[in-house]
Amino acid sequence: MSTLLNPKFGKYGGQFVPETLMPALIELEEAFVASRTDAEFQKEFNKLMASFVGRPTPLTYAKRLSEKLGGAQIYLKREDLAHTGAHKINNALGQALLVKRMGKKRIVAETGAGQHGVASATAAALLGLECVVYMGSVDIARQEPNVFRMKLLGAEVKPVNSGTKTLKDAINEAIRDWVTNVRDTHYLLGSALGPHPYPTIVREFQSVIGTEAREQILLEVGRLPDTVIACVGGGSNAIGVFSGFVDDGDVELIGVEAGGSGIDSGKHAARFGDATKAKVGVIHGTRTYVLQDADGQIAETHSVSAGLDYAAVGPEHAMLRDNERAFYTSATDEEALSAFHTLCHTEGIIPALESSHAIAEVIKRASTMRKDQIVLVNLSGRGDKDLNTVINETAKNL
Amino acid sequence: MTNRIEQAFKNRPIFMPYFPLGYPNLEISIDVIEALAKNGADLIEVGLSFSDPLADGPVIQQATQVALENGITIQKALAAVKEIRKRGVEIPLILMGYYNPMLAYGLEQFVRDAQEAGADGFIVPDLPAEESSEFENAVGDLPLIRMLAPTSSSERMEKIARKAKGFIYLVSVTGITGERKTIADGLSDLIASVREHTSVPVCVGFGIGTPEQAKEVGAMADGVIVGTACVRTIGSSENPVETAKEFAGQFRGALSK
Repeated sequence: MSTLLNPKFGKYGGQFVPETLMPALIELEEAFVASRTDAEFQKEFNKLMASFVGRPTPLTYAKRLSEKLGGAQIYLKREDLAHTGAHKINNALGQALLVKRMGKKRIVAETGAGQHGVASATAAALLGLECVVYMGSVDIARQEPNVFRMKLLGAEVKPVNSGTKTLKDAINEAIRDWVTNVRDTHYLLGSALGPHPYPTIVREFQSVIGTEAREQILLEVGRLPDTVIACVGGGSNAIGVFSGFVDDGDVELIGVEAGGSGIDSGKHAARFGDATKAKVGVIHGTRTYVLQDADGQIAETHSVSAGLDYAAVGPEHAMLRDNERAFYTSATDEEALSAFHTLCHTEGIIPALESSHAIAEVIKRASTMRKDQIVLVNLSGRGDKDLNTVINETAKNL
Repeated sequence: MTNRIEQAFKNRPIFMPYFPLGYPNLEISIDVIEALAKNGADLIEVGLSFSDPLADGPVIQQATQVALENGITIQKALAAVKEIRKRGVEIPLILMGYYNPMLAYGLEQFVRDAQEAGADGFIVPDLPAEESSEFENAVGDLPLIRMLAPTSSSERMEKIARKAKGFIYLVSVTGITGERKTIADGLSDLIASVREHTSVPVCVGFGIGTPEQAKEVGAMADGVIVGTACVRTIGSSENPVETAKEFAGQFRGALSK
């Protein structure tokens, strides 16, 4: 029993799922591999990316932010301008087309911030699929506008009250539904996580971000950026933009995890940042860095942004970190909120709180760089969904 | 020493209840497992708790969550297995748990300590054949029980069943653990197709909740695994140990008729 594609990223990745699901993973891999050389499939995908998602998304020079920081020139890859307001739609549409190809009628999805849930509901509506989204009740409370959007799009949103009531538990419930209904149901996993072939599929569908960004920066300034920065929850937007530059050895790749209330507080989701709690383990079908206690129980995490509030990181990021092709740091809730306001004021862009973590790192880093250096940031989503959270957090600090 | 698992399968069909250590507390769970063993269970699936049990339904999720809140760890669970052996329980005890806590404990250490405590094998639901070599290298003489599902292709069945040791755990339905109103259609064909590839006993689990259902499945399979009904019935009882005795007696009785 061997896979068509390599199921591992170095020592990470793999397929740690119940036997019931193995045939579905094999079927999915076969469909994905066949789709890559199927001109019709690629044509349909590319057409939807252009005419429905609105790709290519622009690359915006952040002039006032660059001037304010007084260092590197900052460019924003505007995934917030993709239809539904985040990069998640790229993968959701790609997988939904695979679902059609496999002849399945129903998708289940997990969501943290709600962006992947909205993207899945959108793809399902577009292609005539039944859609059920699992969402932790804590996240439902803090991302209410997205819950309403999913319902408007015809999806059923099922609250998850088990465990920590956040993304991790939503994934558990989505997998439980999938294993029960696997014959007619596809699990539309939204991040570069989970068992093979998901991390590879999600990267492939998100690689459009990196491909476009590379072409755009070359066209705009005639050279590659010095640094590429993205936030990392499971890591799909980061792996998407990194994939365009990973072979350009001189381009520094930086992933920003959720530092929550600070690493020392223990309340965070920095899988690479906390040497005492992060160990290599297995969760949700993949081997990777996992925040856990000494007994191997998965740790509770915290972040102001629901989309980064998760105990594990995509296995390819684990490999990129080990072989030092990418570097990972973190931004605290406070730093992310401050960056959120800064971008609103200087650029007229309201970023998602997830993406604000990447902006926070730019703010720390740009002033230490020369004016002829270039930083490209993936602005993974827009912040409309976060207004309630920001209002509440800002009120706390008044 | 004769292999305890082979010994247990001399009188088929066997009755194999599941119960997690630490639920409703550690002491009672030890008493319950002892009572199950001494009143009709032929093997017991001893549950190790995990924070994210993705193959389990709400009843077992809740029970293992209580066990974790009570501070259960692999270390304490293995000490409990030792205590159960000390109380004269001779039937096979199969440790059922998810992979990550075993990895955190250290696989080789875990297997060594489990064997020393008196365990006879392992069931790891999130470890399919594709990922099992690491565990098998660590596991030594004890069997890692292979699982098959209704979705397994005949090619997979052949490859997995051929390597099976101890017994095969055949999942009767697509889904998570939990009682079902009726036994899955096509179960007898499913069992027959597994038997084409192996001579080890085939035990059926997932969805069996009553002695009548156990009898129905027992007529086709070599053993019946009962988890959720066992946890729910005993866990909701004011006298769990007495209930465990009755529960084991009823299921064993139904299978012997």
